[in-house]
Amino acid sequence: MTYATRSDMGVKGTHTPKPQTLAQKLIAKSAGVDTVSTGDIVTARVDLAMFHDSSGPRRLKPMLDSLGAKIWDTSKVVLVLDHYVPASDAQSKQIVQITRDTAKEWRLKNVIDSEGICHVVLPERGHLKPGMFCVGGDSHSPTGGAFGTYMFGIGATEMLGVIVTGEIWVQVPQTLFMNWSGQLSRGVCAKDMMLHMIARLGMNGGAYQAVEFVGPAVRALSMQERMTLSNMSAELGSQVGLIAPDQITIDYLRNTRADLTDEWCGQALAHWYSDPESQGVRYEFDASTLSPQVAAPHSPANSAPIESYGRERFNVAYIGACTGAKLEDLRAAAKILKGRKVASGLKLLVAPASAREQQVAKEEGVIKCLEDAGATLLANSCGACAGYGFNFQEHDRVISSTARNFKARMGPASVDVFLASAYTVAASALKGELCDPREYL
Amino acid sequence: MSALKNANDASSASSASSSKATTTTNPASKVWRLPKDIDTDNLAPGAYMKLPVSEIAKHTLESIRQEFASSVKAGDVIVAGPNFGIGSSREQAAGVLVELGVRAVIAPSFSGLFFRNAFNLGLLLLTCEQAELIKEGEHILIKQETKDDPLLGKHHHFWLECEKQKDLQCSSIPDFLMQMIEHGGLMNVLKSKISKASTSLL
Repeated sequence: MTYATRSDMGVKGTHTPKPQTLAQKLIAKSAGVDTVSTGDIVTARVDLAMFHDSSGPRRLKPMLDSLGAKIWDTSKVVLVLDHYVPASDAQSKQIVQITRDTAKEWRLKNVIDSEGICHVVLPERGHLKPGMFCVGGDSHSPTGGAFGTYMFGIGATEMLGVIVTGEIWVQVPQTLFMNWSGQLSRGVCAKDMMLHMIARLGMNGGAYQAVEFVGPAVRALSMQERMTLSNMSAELGSQVGLIAPDQITIDYLRNTRADLTDEWCGQALAHWYSDPESQGVRYEFDASTLSPQVAAPHSPANSAPIESYGRERFNVAYIGACTGAKLEDLRAAAKILKGRKVASGLKLLVAPASAREQQVAKEEGVIKCLEDAGATLLANSCGACAGYGFNFQEHDRVISSTARNFKARMGPASVDVFLASAYTVAASALKGELCDPREYL
Repeated sequence: MSALKNANDASSASSASSSKATTTTNPASKVWRLPKDIDTDNLAPGAYMKLPVSEIAKHTLESIRQEFASSVKAGDVIVAGPNFGIGSSREQAAGVLVELGVRAVIAPSFSGLFFRNAFNLGLLLLTCEQAELIKEGEHILIKQETKDDPLLGKHHHFWLECEKQKDLQCSSIPDFLMQMIEHGGLMNVLKSKISKASTSLL
């Protein structure tokens, strides 16, 4: 599918450099043109397509077979088994079996099976780098934006189109710059920034445009914290959540892949950012005045500073998902829980987002802190967040480090889920009720 | 999502030598009103995601409107508040509405991800800023005009007529997306492209 672009129709021979946002530069590269304009509909070549056991083979194989088509490039496909593992019932077992059988039949080179959640293991295994254009069969795919990658979620049928043609259409979005000045206080983190932005803009406030996180408080974040921002761009309703690469990005990438030359890194830093004169809408935020944020049921947009809440009792505290159980989230929880015990009658459940990160956490003593406090460790998978396998029980009151608290998502409609950072979940687990983590830091 | 605007479709540009329009009207559709922020778990609840779409469809909207799945009739339309389809990438959220025979969803705004999924499965979404004026249970006409514009290429203009409002404008839809609706989804578009490609190789 090819569509003409407005920039194609420009007058030849008059070369004036057109300032471009990071989003525009990434799309232009994938479309094979110099520049693009907001509103253009272009065809992008896809550098990487990721799907998992729910959105992947069980849906794609019947469609691919009925077309009699083949995958355009198996080296550009990554399959992750994370939604239905560990398989808890006959149907889940069947889905997992189909996934594994199809991976063999398609001779997929990149399969990550029961070792963590797709959005976390994808960069962990060195699959993402600045300048790439990627799609994922999951709504939290904008996580890749933390690496200067244009990455967004699509459904299974559209994924079929991608794996057959290697291409996808995209309308060049406007950029919404989220500028964070100041410095975060202790016990306040990327999750709080994100809940605050969602409360301010609303769950569809991103209007499927490109969000770019900028400013000193974003630059100060580690890669994992940046991933939390990009990840919850999904809850802002933007197509992508980008962060221009810097030295922190390069240092992370060099730990995951050996092939990055100094020259390549220099070029990446010199090209993948929004030109200062590029156009966009700017939102201003102050990290210094931000408190821990909590989203009441049943929407992430119901977020407010923790001080504005009255007494909220919980019987479950959940640290899980690509959003809220990365290594840094586990470390944050351990800082609060070290040498303390969770409240009696409360279950603290921890599902680390990646097996490798869990191993690091174990070596650091983080896992022991959690277990000594009374935490139960769960598998490295989507778990209760997806609501596909493990679910909460009738009338459970849950505080969770995950991304969504929609009614009836993580269990029966009677379950109330509050969203917060791993710090706040851990502190609340100690008290059995909503608790400001700064009391323990 | 904000409207797709001024799409230039190369596939139709060659035939677009002059601007012309044809108007079509479909039979009146009964309206189901839904609130704002309908999410993908309302449409395709996670607990049933292991099942085929025909089974998930029996649970569509059960957390907010119990009778919907059993009472909705083929050809009915959903008119909702803003942000319809927020949440997951699961296309079953659009698939269940196709399965139940819903003709179109009309709302002031949609989740961008849901918007793509719906067209890929052949479900028509109409972005109408004044959707709030349409009432539960009334019958509306969806009117459509196809325009061949030398500059914009082929695109499709929609407006709605209900009992009290005769001219509720919707955002226009570029031809490549309407092709999905006319073919019944991206799968059929791909099928016809693949068969054309294999014929041209002979």
